[in-house]
Amino acid sequence: MKKVLALLLALVLVIGLVACGETATTETTETTETTETANNVKVGFIYLHDEQSTYDLNFMNAAKEACEKLGVEYVQKVGIPEGQECYEAAMELVDEGCNIVFADSFGHEDYMIQAAKECPDVQFCHATGTKAHTEELSNYHNAFASIYEGRYLAGIAAGMKVAEMIDNGEITAEQAKIGYVGAYTYAEVISGYTSFFLGLRSVVPEATMEVTFTGSWYDMALETEGAQKLIDDGCVLISQHADSLGAPSTCEAAGVPNVSYNGSTIAAGPNTFIVSSRINWAPYFEYIIGCVANGEAIDTDWTGTLATGSVELSEINEAVAAEGTAEAIEAAKAALEAGTLHVFDTATFTVGGETLESYTADVDTDEAYTGDTEVIADGYFHESEFRSAPYFDLQIDGITLLDTKF
Amino acid sequence: MHEKTHNPLIHISKRSAMPWYTAWAIRGIALVAALVVCAIVSVIVTGEDPFQIYATIFEGSFGSSRKVWMLLQNIAILLCVALALTPAFKMRFWNLGGEGQMLVGGLATAACMILLAGKIPNWLLIVLMVAASILAGAIWGMIPAIFKAKWNTNETLFTLMMNYVATQLVAYFIILWEVPKGAGQIGIINQKTEAGWLPMLFGQKYMLNVLIVALICVAMYVYLKYSKHGYEISVVGESERTARYVGIKVGKVIIRTMLLSGALCGFAGMLLVGGTEHTLTTTITAGRGFTAVMVSWLAKFNPIWMVLTSFLIVFLSRGAGQIATNFGLSPSFADILTGVILFFIIGSEFFINYKLNFRKHEAKEG
Repeated sequence: MKKVLALLLALVLVIGLVACGETATTETTETTETTETANNVKVGFIYLHDEQSTYDLNFMNAAKEACEKLGVEYVQKVGIPEGQECYEAAMELVDEGCNIVFADSFGHEDYMIQAAKECPDVQFCHATGTKAHTEELSNYHNAFASIYEGRYLAGIAAGMKVAEMIDNGEITAEQAKIGYVGAYTYAEVISGYTSFFLGLRSVVPEATMEVTFTGSWYDMALETEGAQKLIDDGCVLISQHADSLGAPSTCEAAGVPNVSYNGSTIAAGPNTFIVSSRINWAPYFEYIIGCVANGEAIDTDWTGTLATGSVELSEINEAVAAEGTAEAIEAAKAALEAGTLHVFDTATFTVGGETLESYTADVDTDEAYTGDTEVIADGYFHESEFRSAPYFDLQIDGITLLDTKF
Repeated sequence: MHEKTHNPLIHISKRSAMPWYTAWAIRGIALVAALVVCAIVSVIVTGEDPFQIYATIFEGSFGSSRKVWMLLQNIAILLCVALALTPAFKMRFWNLGGEGQMLVGGLATAACMILLAGKIPNWLLIVLMVAASILAGAIWGMIPAIFKAKWNTNETLFTLMMNYVATQLVAYFIILWEVPKGAGQIGIINQKTEAGWLPMLFGQKYMLNVLIVALICVAMYVYLKYSKHGYEISVVGESERTARYVGIKVGKVIIRTMLLSGALCGFAGMLLVGGTEHTLTTTITAGRGFTAVMVSWLAKFNPIWMVLTSFLIVFLSRGAGQIATNFGLSPSFADILTGVILFFIIGSEFFINYKLNFRKHEAKEG
């Protein structure tokens, strides 16, 4: 009996204390629920990490930009792991009156689909996912951008720098080896480093590249370690597809030029940062908000391009970049936009010594990774056309994978 | 040599047992102090009115019916792990391997769900999942117990190290079962067929987990308090020598108890993988194997009190999370608040067990 009393007492203490100012918050939730109308859009954002991650920060900036521009209300949930928490966060955003829920990380996909099935009146949009075109849910959508074009252009900047080193006699043409820190051996990463490498090689044909994987999208220690390993291995320039400042900081410390991703990292590497490619998500956010406000359907797969303003390069750091970099990038960009240049032109690379005539990629995700769609036509690999997320997963000649355990 | 002995300003001495109401008053004061410090920190950072902040903590757990269910679900899993660790703790066997035992339980569950889905009836699949997870957890818990019983190895280190082995094992299987290729994640298992998913009760996803853990809680209370096994555990915990003297086979009790502890942890892993998450990641346990240590300790190894302590910890951490969301702060801020609160709660145990003696006026001695 005494114990029960004590238990009650403790409960009263806890609840009594925190219940004091309860009314205020309940009211705000109610107003958001009642004021929701057809053209009153409220967007909920789910991010994997916080603003320390360059990847998530890029989304946060775009969300702020798009929502403030269009004057819509938005809620952000930061640090949501790729698990049940994502489903719960999505449902909570729905509870709070959001009619669009957006999640930014690849591993959020299944949980977004789960939430989408339960809330048919809410639009669920997911960046980098692969399943929207096979799920057949009218309220679940994938989005990505033709970032391989941005990587290619960034690769040209890298190539200009390496060419300058060769011209200055700092390295010989045989030493033109660069390094790349990747997250996983996943198609998105493979597509990214391959397009970067092809951009590099369009300037320095004899260049080679080494790639190491961290097995995490965000791990400062592993990315630092990976970049250092590549530098010690003789790589003269580093780029990365992982989201911490590990690689840029290591490059700065070692004085090795760095081509970045997700946005400018010039603050972490004023003496080594050259340029960064990134996806600008603001056009997509504006697009989905517009669709919901006007009652139009959102594309199942939306691929942003150079033309939509989704694929961008940061400002070039003239202090580090080779002379003529900006001009070379502009020329290639114009050719890409005109359709006269294709990043994955089969004439520019070989796989196992052979030029590719045909390739069936795993576009429809399944457990056995079976290829299902012919993606080579008209002399180039059609990336991000059959679904928005990349599916280029070929190991081309000239790139050495140091480890493939992830 | 000086004759005079130095009298420290404060010296600490162990208290004799204090009445329960004094102990709880101290805990209450600690909690109030924790909330006040949290409010001060939050006001400095957010500039909001402190009552708003308390309201937000409350909203984090009770803001909507979904939040209440999430609270209950989180309590259930944490409580389940705490209940699992308790028999070992009562025996003074410091099982810090809850994480690993849960992970291997989850791994066994996921293996059944991935490899057997569609090949056997769903009820049989669930039975196999339960059996496999219990077996896996039991084996993981028994290994350090055997070493302890036979060679008197240090169980704290051993169980802790087994966690890392379990994490690497899970990491390996994630790469093996990853979808799509190279993505480093499994995703939701059997999302289309829902094979091996624990059934919903009364239309509520988390109801089954909550009920099962409530049953385990009562059963554990009875087991520890009224069974012969429970008595043996207490005796071994009090003194191994006494236990030997009265004819208890200490080694047998250690192994048997760790078998139970590990099995229940494995079962908790099954509740997570089969019941709510439907996936397997290396971080799926979310540190519950360690948080549960605190839940069990704070409740003085009493299963019924653990309902309260696990509620308190989950309530506070969800509240802290809500503050971070509502005021647009980084989730690290929630960790800071949870840290402040736990510091006070654990600190209060110090004042319950020990007494501070301040130095009396020097003049009297002269």
